[in-house]
Amino acid sequence: MSSPASTPGGRKRGRNTNPPTPSSEDPTSPPSQRRRGQDSSTGDLMPMPTSPATDILSPAAPQDTSLLSSPRPSVPPNEVDMSSPLMYGTPSSRIEGTPRSGVRGTPARQRPDLGSVRKAPQVDLHSDADGAVASESNAGQRLVIWGTDVNVGTCKEKFQRFLQRFVDPTSTEDENAGLDLNEPLYMQKLEEISVVGDPVMNVNCRHVQSFDAELYRQLTCYPQEVIPTFDMAVNELFFERFPDSFLEYQIQVRPYNAVKTKSMRSLNPEDIDQLITISGMVIRTSQLIPEMQEAFFQCQVCAYSTRVEVDRGRIAEPAVCRHCNTTHSLALIHNRSVFSDKQMIKIQESPEDMPAGQTPHTTIVYAHNDLVDKVQPGDRVVVEGHVVVGSLTAFVICAGIYRAVPMRVNPRQSNVKSVYKTHIDAIHFRKTDEKRLHGLDEEAEQKLFTEDRVQTLKELAAKPDVYERLSSALAPSIYEHEDIKKGILLQLFGGTRKDFSQTGRGNFRAEVNILLCGDPGTSKSQLLQYVYNLVPRGQYTSGKGSSAVGLTAYVMKDPETRQLVLQTGALVLSDNGICCIDEFDKMSDNTRSVLHEVMEQQTLSIAKAGIICQLNARTAVLAAANPVESQWNPKKTTIENIQLPHTLLSRFDLIFLMLDPQDEAYDRRLAHHLVSLYYQTEEQMEEEFLDMAVLKDYIAYARTYINPRLSEEASQALIEAYVDMRKIGSGRGMVSAYPRQLESLIRLAEAHAKVRFSEKVETIDVEEAKRLHREALKQSATDPRTGFVDISILTTGMSATARKRKEEVTQALKKLIQAKGKTPAMKYQQLLDDLRGQSETAITKELFDEALRALADEDYLTVTGKTVRLLA
Amino acid sequence: MPSTHDWINDPVGVVEGMFAASQSNPSSGWEARAVEFFKDRLKEKDAHTLVPSLNDIPMHYLKPNSLVKFRCFIQDMFDPEFYMGVYETVDPATQAKTLRCGKYKDVTECGVDFNSKNTVTAERQTFYCVPIPGENPWVKERYANSSQARVVPSTSYVPSRQKRSYEEDDDMDTQPQKQREAHAGPQSPTEHHGNGDCKRQETEAPSSQMTSASHLDLNFPLPGEKGPSCLVKVYEDWDSFKLNDMLEVYGILSVSPALSALADEKDASSNLLDPTESMETAEEQRVHCPPASLVPRLHMLYAKQLQHNNPLLPSAATSEDNSAFLASTLSEMPSVREELLAYLTHVLLGDALAAEYLILHLISNVYVRRDVLPLGKFTLNMSGCPTVASYTERLYQIIQQLVPSSHYLGMSLQNMNQIRLVPKKDYVANRLVSGALQLAKNTSLYLDETQLEQGQLDTTGVRNVTALGNLISWQKVDYDFNYHQMEFPCNINVLIASEGRSLLPSDCQIHLQTQVAPSHLEEYLSTMHMLSQASSQLNKFRIYLSVARLLDYSISDEVTKSVEDDFVDMRKDDPQSISAEDLHRMLVVARLLSLSQGQTSLSRDSWLRAKHIEALRRSRMEQHKCVNGNEP
Repeated sequence: MSSPASTPGGRKRGRNTNPPTPSSEDPTSPPSQRRRGQDSSTGDLMPMPTSPATDILSPAAPQDTSLLSSPRPSVPPNEVDMSSPLMYGTPSSRIEGTPRSGVRGTPARQRPDLGSVRKAPQVDLHSDADGAVASESNAGQRLVIWGTDVNVGTCKEKFQRFLQRFVDPTSTEDENAGLDLNEPLYMQKLEEISVVGDPVMNVNCRHVQSFDAELYRQLTCYPQEVIPTFDMAVNELFFERFPDSFLEYQIQVRPYNAVKTKSMRSLNPEDIDQLITISGMVIRTSQLIPEMQEAFFQCQVCAYSTRVEVDRGRIAEPAVCRHCNTTHSLALIHNRSVFSDKQMIKIQESPEDMPAGQTPHTTIVYAHNDLVDKVQPGDRVVVEGHVVVGSLTAFVICAGIYRAVPMRVNPRQSNVKSVYKTHIDAIHFRKTDEKRLHGLDEEAEQKLFTEDRVQTLKELAAKPDVYERLSSALAPSIYEHEDIKKGILLQLFGGTRKDFSQTGRGNFRAEVNILLCGDPGTSKSQLLQYVYNLVPRGQYTSGKGSSAVGLTAYVMKDPETRQLVLQTGALVLSDNGICCIDEFDKMSDNTRSVLHEVMEQQTLSIAKAGIICQLNARTAVLAAANPVESQWNPKKTTIENIQLPHTLLSRFDLIFLMLDPQDEAYDRRLAHHLVSLYYQTEEQMEEEFLDMAVLKDYIAYARTYINPRLSEEASQALIEAYVDMRKIGSGRGMVSAYPRQLESLIRLAEAHAKVRFSEKVETIDVEEAKRLHREALKQSATDPRTGFVDISILTTGMSATARKRKEEVTQALKKLIQAKGKTPAMKYQQLLDDLRGQSETAITKELFDEALRALADEDYLTVTGKTVRLLA
Repeated sequence: MPSTHDWINDPVGVVEGMFAASQSNPSSGWEARAVEFFKDRLKEKDAHTLVPSLNDIPMHYLKPNSLVKFRCFIQDMFDPEFYMGVYETVDPATQAKTLRCGKYKDVTECGVDFNSKNTVTAERQTFYCVPIPGENPWVKERYANSSQARVVPSTSYVPSRQKRSYEEDDDMDTQPQKQREAHAGPQSPTEHHGNGDCKRQETEAPSSQMTSASHLDLNFPLPGEKGPSCLVKVYEDWDSFKLNDMLEVYGILSVSPALSALADEKDASSNLLDPTESMETAEEQRVHCPPASLVPRLHMLYAKQLQHNNPLLPSAATSEDNSAFLASTLSEMPSVREELLAYLTHVLLGDALAAEYLILHLISNVYVRRDVLPLGKFTLNMSGCPTVASYTERLYQIIQQLVPSSHYLGMSLQNMNQIRLVPKKDYVANRLVSGALQLAKNTSLYLDETQLEQGQLDTTGVRNVTALGNLISWQKVDYDFNYHQMEFPCNINVLIASEGRSLLPSDCQIHLQTQVAPSHLEEYLSTMHMLSQASSQLNKFRIYLSVARLLDYSISDEVTKSVEDDFVDMRKDDPQSISAEDLHRMLVVARLLSLSQGQTSLSRDSWLRAKHIEALRRSRMEQHKCVNGNEP
C-alpha cells in the first residue's frame, strides 16, 4: 500500500513490477487471531530506533519498501526508509502540490484513530519463505501486508467496485434520506461530499458484508490496514469524478455497524486489533489532549529543519544535523510541529447488558480529531437524562506496552508489570438515543431478536389464548385480579402512535394510563413493583416521597463544569416506558398538577433558571392510590373515596378497584394460591407460567414491530360502542361517555391487536376493549346511590343524582329562607335544624354547606362565621 | 511430586514445574491440571487448616508467594485485565531464550523479549475483597484457633517493625509516599514536561498530599472495621461470582514491592511519553494499584462459596458430610430450643412470647424470590423497649454473641443524616464506594430506633430511610450508579428496636411486655448474666441458629388443605380479621416455627401453634392500642 499522497506514477510503477495474474495459490487461510495479536504487539514493542536506519532490522522486505514508498525529492534518500509504504499521510503531501489539483493537492489528514504510526510493511510471502527473489509471475499475487492476508491492490479495487455499484433499495436509514435508493448509494454520498465539503464518508459495514463477504472479513480482522486502503480508494475515485473540488483534507472512511457487536463483558484478548462495535454509556470525558503527530526540529547552527514523525508514542530527536553535521544542535520548534486532538472517554456497560449481581465494566475509548467532544458524560440536556452512546466501531489496541519499554531501560528496574493497558480507538460514534430528538418511534433500540426467538414469539402469538396466557404470566405471585392484569398487559403494549401535528392537534396519546385504588394490603405496590421490574424504561416513585421537581426536571449546577444543567426527573426518564407512582393520593396538589400536562399532552414544559423547554414525556402512568379512610367505603363514589381531582381522574383510561371480595370460594382459591407459593419449588412455578424473559421479549417485539391500524369493521364497532355508551345515560339525563372515553377505547383495542401480533384492529379487539373498559367503569364509576354506571362521577367529580339532590336542597333552602320573611341575618345552626325538620330525607352538614355555597354564588346570601346574611 | 508443604510454601514452583513439563507436551492442559492439583491437596483431611489465613495472621508473617487463604466478601469488581500469560525472556549474557509462565504473577522476570512470537495474552479479572463485614469477634477467634498453620516470621523484616500492622500505625502509610518522593527526586527534569497539575501537586503541596495518602481508604462497608483487604485475581469462571458473595479464597499471595515501585515510577517518567496517562487520576491509581504492602494481591487457585460463616459448622466441603451433621443435630434441636427460649426470655425481661418471636427472626432467611416478592423474610419490630440503662445496646451485645455477623445501626438523627447506607459508584476513582447496607447474606442488622429524637431529616436522611424501607419490604438495595440505579438483591435480617411502632415497615411487630417493674429494671439488668464467651451452651445456640437456617422445608397436601380450610373459616367469621397479608405472615411464622423445632415439614400442630402465637401477639397489640390511645 502506498501513501495516498504518492504520485500516481509511483503506484503505477508498483503495479507494473508486480502485474496481477490469475490466482493460482491465494493466501487464503488467514493467520490465526492470536498470532495476529502477538504480531501487533511485537510491532509496537520494537525498541525505539535511534536512527532511521535501524528500521531495516524490522521484518520489512526492503525491496518492497523502496518500491512503494512515495519519493520525496526534498529529503535525502535515507529518510525514505522512515516512511514505510503503510505510513498514512506522509508529511510530504502537505508540503507539495497546490490546492485544487486532485488527490495530490489535498492534504491527507493523519488518522491517529488507526494508529497511523504502525509500521507493518508489505511482505512478499514467497521471498520471506525461501529468501529468494520471487518470480515475476506470482509476486503480485502474494504481495500482502505483513501479518495479514490483505492485498492492497485487490482490496482497493474491491472497495471501489463496492462504492460504484452498491445499491440498497430497501434502505430506511435516516442518513440516506433524500438519496435516490436505486442509484449507487455511496456515489451519491461522494457527490454530497463534493458539495458539502465534509470529507468524511460513513460506510455501513452491513452493506460491505452483503456486497463482498471476503472484503468484510478483511475489514473486521485487519482494520488498521484495510481502512487506509479504503481511504485511498475513495480518494482516487473522488478526485477522478470531481477533479476540481476542493476539500480541507482527504476523505476518510468511517465504517460503522459492524456485525461483530460485542458487549463490553465479552471483549477478550482475541479481539485485539479487530473492528468491533460496543455500546455503553459515557461516564467521563477528559479535556482535549493535544497529541504530537510530527515534530519539527531546527538546527540552531545552520537553521536546517527536519520533521520527525511520532513513532509508538515517541519522537526520536535527531542527534546530528544532516546538513552541517553538528551534533545535538537540533531544537524542537513547538509551533511548527503538528498536533492532533485526542480525548479520553470512559464508557460503562449499559445496565441492560449486565448479568445480575455484577458491577458494570468500564472501558477507555480514545476519540481523535473531529470525534472529540462528540459525546458528553451525563449530557443532561438531551431528553433522555443519560446519554447512551451507541455503537462505537473501534479497535481494541494494547497500549500498555509503550510503557514497558522505558522500565526496561531503567537500570534500577529489571522486571515489568505483566498487565497490559487496553483502550479502544473510536472510529465512529453513534448516539442511540439521538433519534429520540426527532420524535420518531425510537423503540427499536437495537434490540435484536434472534431468528429462533422471533419464531417462538410468533408461535406464542398464534395461540388462541395468548391474551389470557400473557395476562396470567404477569405477576403470577399476585392472586387473581384477572381484569386488572389484562388492563396492565394492554398498558404494557400501548396503542399506536398517531401523528396529527400537521393538522395542528399534535400527537395523540398512545399510552394507556391506569389507576389502581383499593384497600391497603391488596398487593397494589407489588403489582407496581412487578411492572417496574418488567419494563426496560420503568421508573418507580412514591407519591409521598416525590416532589413536583423530582417528577419533572430540575436545574442544578454541574459540579464539574459549573454550568447549569437540566436534571430530568422520573416522568422524563420513563419516556417510552411506564412510570409507576405509588401512594398517588399522598401526593401534594402541586405535584399532581404537573401530571395534567404529561398525561394528556405527553410533554413537560419547563421554565426554570433561564432554561425554557418542552421535554417529551411519552410515558404511561400506572398509579396506585389508597382510600382516604384507609378502608374503601362502598357507600361513596371513587372521587369521594380517594379525594383526587376529577380533572386528573378523567385522564386515566382505566380505573380499577382492588377490593377484598370476601366470599368463600375466593378465599379458598386465595389461600391455595398463597400456600402453594410457599411450598412449590421454583421449577414447578416455571412450568405453570411463562417466564419473565419471554414476556419481556414478547412485549418488546410487539412494541417495535407491530403497528396495528383500525379496520373498517373495527371502526364501525367502535362507533357503535361509543354511541351505546352515550345512550345509556341519556335516558336518565346524564352523559355517560365523552370523546376521551372513545380515545381510550381505540387505544385499548389497538393494544389488544398488538398482543395478537396483528397489524389490523379487528372486531374482537374492540369487543375486549369494550369489555375491559366497561368492567373498569363498573367498578369505579358506579354511583353508590343508584347503582348505575355514571361517567360524570369521573369527569365532573359528582354523579348526576348527587347533582340533582344538591339542586333540590338548594331550592328547599331558598324557599325556607324566603318563608322566614324579612330577617336579614340567621343563625347557621338554626337554619340547618329548620331545614332538617322540613325535609323528608336526611340532610348532611356537607350537603347543607354546599347548598349555602350555591346560594352564595347566586349572590343571594353570604356566610360569615356562624351567621348567614341575606343580600339584596 | 512435591512434598506436602511445598505446595503451601511454594505454589509458584509447583505451577512452574507443571508449566515446564507441559512444554514438551503442548496438549496436556496444564492449567486445568494445576488447579486440579491444588483442589485435590485441599480435599485431603484437614489440609485446608494447614494453609495460613490472611484473616488472622498479620501479613508480615506470611511468606510472599506462598499459598494462603482468605475468608472474604466481594466488595467491588474491577475491569478485566489482559496480561502476559506466556512470555519469553532473553538472558543478556548468553542470549538464550526461555519460555516463562505469567499466570499467578504480577511481575515478569527480567529480560522480557517483547518481540517474541510465543507471547500469549490472557485475560483475568480482579475483585476487591474485604473481610466479611460485621463478622463477630467470636467467629474470628474460632476460625483462628482452628487453624493449624505454622507461620514463621519472615526474616526480611526488621524486628522493630514486625509488630506493627498498618491500621495501628498511621506512619506506616506515609512510607510509600516517601519512597515516591525519593524516586521523583532525580527525575525532576523530565517532570517539567509532564502534566502541569501533576507537577504542581508534587512541588507545591507535598504536605497536603501526604495527609491524603495516609488515609488510604480501604472501603469497608461498615465503619470501624479492621483487617486486610485484598485484590483477588481470578483466572477462570469469574462470571460465577457475584458482588457481595462470601468466599474462601485459596491463592498465591503476592506482595512484591516492585508493584508499588512500578506504579510510582510511572508517575514520574511516563508523563511525557503518554500525556493521556494523567487521565487515570491519582485517585484511580490509588484505588486500583494500592501499595502491595497494604493491599496484597491474591492470585486465586481455588475458591469456595460460603453458605455461612459459622466456624462451628463443618465447612461444607462435601455435601454428604454436611447432611450427616445436620441429621445428628436435628434430634437435639427441640431441647436446645427450650434452653435458648429460656435464655432469651430472661434477656427480654421475662417476655416468653417476644423471645419466641426473636428466635423465629434469628433463623429467618430469604429462601426464594417469586418475581419481585422475597419469601421467608421476617423483619421484626420489637416495640416497647425500655430506654433505661441502654437496654437496646445490651440486647444487641447478646445477639452479637449468637450470630456470626451482625451490625448495630443507631438510628439517631445525626446518624441517619450522615451515614452512607447505599453504596455509590465513584467515577473519579472508578470504584464502588461502600455503604453500610452492603452486607453479606444472613447478616443481622440491628436498628436501634430508641435513639431517634425530634428533628428534621435532610435529603441524605430521607434517602437513607427510603433505602431501609426498600431493604425491609423487598430485600434489595438500589446501588447508586449516578446515571442510573442498579438493584442488588440481598438477604439481611433486620431487627428494629423501638419504643412505639417503628417508622419503618416491618413484617411483624411485637410489643415487649416486661415482667420486671421499671424500678427494678436497672438492678435486673446489672444481674442479667451474659453467657461466658466460650461456654458450650453458647456454642450449642450458635450451631442451632445456623443449622435451622440450612434446613429444607415442605408442606404436605393434607396440611395445605387444612390451612386453606382454616383460612376460609376465619374469613367467614369475620372478614376483617384476617387478610391475605396476615396469611402470608402466618405461613412464614409456621415455617419458621417448624424449622426452629427441627421439623422439615409443616405439621398440623405447628400450624395451630403458629396461629396461637399470632393470636396472642395480635391481642397484645390490641391491648396496647387501648392503653396508649395515640398509637397508630
